[in-house]
Amino acid sequence: MNKYLFYPGCSMEASAKAYMESIRAILESLDLQLEEIEDWNCCGATEYLGINLIPAYALIARNLALAMKQMNAANGTGGTHTIVTPCSACYLNLAKADYYMQERPVLGEKVNEALKAGGLHYKPGALDVRHLLDILVYDVGLETIRSKVVRPLKGLRVAPYMGCMLPRPDYKHRWSDHEHPTELNDLLRVLGADVVEYPLTTNCCGGHMTQIGPETAFELIHRLIVDADARGAHLMATVCPMCQLNIDAYQDEMNHYFGTDYHMPILFFTQLMGLAFGKEPDELGIGVELVSSRNALAKIGVEVPITQEPAGPRKKAEGLPMPRRLSRHEEGKEAMK
Amino acid sequence: MTEKKQERVGVYVCHCGTNIAGMVDVEELAKWSAEKLGHQGVVIARDYKFMCSSLGQELIEKDIRELGLTRVVVAACSPHLHEKTFRTAAQKAGLNPYLVELASIREQVSWVHTDRVVATEKAKAVVAGAVSRVIENEPLEEIKVPINPNTLIVGGGIAGIQAALEIANAGFHVYLVEREPSIGGHMAQFDKTFPTLDCAACILTPRMVEVGTHPNITLLTWSEVVNVSGYVGNFNVTIKKKARFINEELCTGCGVCEEKCPKKVIDEVFEAGIGYRKAVYIPFAQAVPKFPVIDKENCTYFIKGTCKACEKFCPTGAIDFKQEDQLINIEVGNIILATGYDLFDARRVSNYGYGRFPNVFTSLEFERLSNAAGPTNGNIVLRDGKTVPKSVGIIHCVGSRDRNFNNYCSVICCMQSLKFAHLVHERTGATVYNFYIDMRTASKAYDEFYQRVLEEGTLFVRGKVAEVTDVARDEHEKGKLIIQVEDTLIGKQRRIPVDMVILSVGLQPRHDAKEVGRLFGISCSTDGWFTEKHPKLDPVATMTEGIFIAGCAQGPKDIPSSVAQGAAAAARVLDKILQKEVALEPIKASVDQKKCSGCRICNGLCPFNAISYIADDNISYINPALCQGCGTCVAACPSGAISGTGFSDAQILAQIDGLLLRTLEVEQATA
Repeated sequence: MNKYLFYPGCSMEASAKAYMESIRAILESLDLQLEEIEDWNCCGATEYLGINLIPAYALIARNLALAMKQMNAANGTGGTHTIVTPCSACYLNLAKADYYMQERPVLGEKVNEALKAGGLHYKPGALDVRHLLDILVYDVGLETIRSKVVRPLKGLRVAPYMGCMLPRPDYKHRWSDHEHPTELNDLLRVLGADVVEYPLTTNCCGGHMTQIGPETAFELIHRLIVDADARGAHLMATVCPMCQLNIDAYQDEMNHYFGTDYHMPILFFTQLMGLAFGKEPDELGIGVELVSSRNALAKIGVEVPITQEPAGPRKKAEGLPMPRRLSRHEEGKEAMK
Repeated sequence: MTEKKQERVGVYVCHCGTNIAGMVDVEELAKWSAEKLGHQGVVIARDYKFMCSSLGQELIEKDIRELGLTRVVVAACSPHLHEKTFRTAAQKAGLNPYLVELASIREQVSWVHTDRVVATEKAKAVVAGAVSRVIENEPLEEIKVPINPNTLIVGGGIAGIQAALEIANAGFHVYLVEREPSIGGHMAQFDKTFPTLDCAACILTPRMVEVGTHPNITLLTWSEVVNVSGYVGNFNVTIKKKARFINEELCTGCGVCEEKCPKKVIDEVFEAGIGYRKAVYIPFAQAVPKFPVIDKENCTYFIKGTCKACEKFCPTGAIDFKQEDQLINIEVGNIILATGYDLFDARRVSNYGYGRFPNVFTSLEFERLSNAAGPTNGNIVLRDGKTVPKSVGIIHCVGSRDRNFNNYCSVICCMQSLKFAHLVHERTGATVYNFYIDMRTASKAYDEFYQRVLEEGTLFVRGKVAEVTDVARDEHEKGKLIIQVEDTLIGKQRRIPVDMVILSVGLQPRHDAKEVGRLFGISCSTDGWFTEKHPKLDPVATMTEGIFIAGCAQGPKDIPSSVAQGAAAAARVLDKILQKEVALEPIKASVDQKKCSGCRICNGLCPFNAISYIADDNISYINPALCQGCGTCVAACPSGAISGTGFSDAQILAQIDGLLLRTLEVEQATA
């Protein structure tokens, strides 16, 4: 039994519920035990570090300190010093705090001073911060995963999308490459999927630019989807709740912005693992994605139950229907005339 | 302490202009030395503006003669600079040169302090240390060993070839050992050479032929040095001559075997992986020697036991499948290592797509592509073997000047890239872009070549390329390789679609440079290049006497510099040969046989392979000719059985006492 401390992160409770469900579904097959850190808090996501450094680090380090406390309490009874998170932003934040508290002792001291208010302390370097993908590929091992596959994903063309926060900056040299890492490709291949060459695998999905400057985010999402589509992918596989959200939830708006009509489902890699291990879509949170994976998964004979259509606009349309708005793309064309 | 004969010590304090006098009160220092160290035997202490000048030296010489000095301390610069000067001066006056000690009050005092009073106090302590130490010095005699006039040169590239010819032409014998089947090195793979664009083969092959036919050169190709023992003037070297499976007595080099061989393999060495050769092959038409080699790994006969097509067709019966590796022992006086370089593996910069995109080429691949004797007969085409590119991007500094890979500049890449730009232009008329960080064309006629390429219309973009991608963002990028770069001159991101990308990859030390260095007892820099004795003043000698380095093994360099170093190393070797014997510095370690427990800890630690174990007596023995006096074994010996002349415990402890001014206090207490 491989046991790890587990930091789920906020997304797992809301937008990426499906990720969490699928992780739970495959844990047993892989003989993995994830012990959730008690009373964990938000890692500050991608924004807070840019606003106020010390409180932001303190917010992150509180989780590390709690994990360490839990680790020390469990010592002697198979305690682990590895903390695992499935979210790329959480992973980066935790790893970053651990790294910079050690690299910049003054920062480390200040953060610990803040933690002291809650009776906590974190000794940088005490924990190994790792992402779930890292654990699955390097601890569990591809051969073990291969041995659990009962429904190979043969015929399913998958674009492996790592996102930008996982492989860079790689403080502890955990990944095969920073621009073109192979871990996700290797894992999907073991599941039997037809992995398409996807050079944008570590490009940015736009992150929170969807909130701040949607046009920038749309451009980035567009690039990712266009290339996945051009290479004949049926769907994309991701390791990050934010990547999943951006590509899934903003695909429609992106299509509207560019006047395109892409339909590129994106699933968590653990959902695909679950399918390959013979689990059913509803055990894995498949079907709740906004860009439905129904057609894609039909290629491997998996039937995704039709979930209730998402509720329509809250307000009922009043009066006569409006003409369809011009997309920005079309607007440009109009202006040219 | 036992009673010692009172020595007569002279202390000489140098002003070094204002270098020392500006921070240390030199007059006070001299006066103090004469007064306070008189009880130790200081009979005279002087200060002088430039001790190293003829007048300064004469001052010391005169005192030795007239005052009968038996020890001399010069408080001046670091011993690295002028130890030899003052030792020679002492010798001229009849004093054993090893009874002179330098007290470094410039590098270690005046240059590093800002408080004149404190600096002067420290200088006093340093001088007191040197005085205490010099009293314990022993007169030493240089060791003289005869020099074997034969020379071993390892590496048959242009540097090794040059060195071999220089020595052979001077009338001395050379063994030239080359790992590959032919000499010629990387230069033989090139098409044109910058900046004059003469054909590499045209200027190189006459030299190769000369090596092959020279009566004073024994050429051993397809061979490697496996063992080196001995010391300067008397090296004993074992060379493994790998089986060629060709009887060199019978072979005429006609090439029928190669023609008839049914097994075709990718030539990773000479053709840089973009061409083919047979399992029995001569690497290139002008190879020296002309004999082919059977590649055992790929030969059908060696794999399956049948075939022997080459044997059937060989008109002279020269194929010999039973041939075995041979060990050859030679004795040489000096060794030159000209082992060259490896290329940086472009796949490591994954964002440039080498290995993912067919039309990303390395510089060496391009050399073969543009070479008339290469796989495409000199036609510059894409990986499909036929399409002529309409636009080509050349990326500089791939793997060089990059803290993720190699920090250093690989020196040749700017000029090489300019040469490529010219060749692409001339032969295809394609649009050529050069992506550079800084343009470095600093040698004779190099910048003129840059100007010429500029005038030919090559486009230059200043900026480090972020990535090469095939992900098109619009129609005109479709099907192209897009180079994404920040153009730092206009301050904008640019995307430039091209058909072909050439990566000007950097030079790296040979993958086995460290092992080779260990074999010959020389060290490598942190980057892995062989370390020269002095970066400016002694660039081809090493810290190991009798071992010289030349060409890219010492660091990245172009052909003219490699040739110059080859010749320089040859000159150094000839100098040694003509002296017929060599004087060795007598700073050596020796083992006290009574104390040695035979634990052999020191054996493996010696960087010069000077220590051997004598099993019969259960003791370790240090060969004085090999020992370079580094002191590693002295420090490591758990029984305190090893001591170093010039650095004996008595000397070091006395110096410490002096530095701590304990020698003064004793005097004051008793006075």
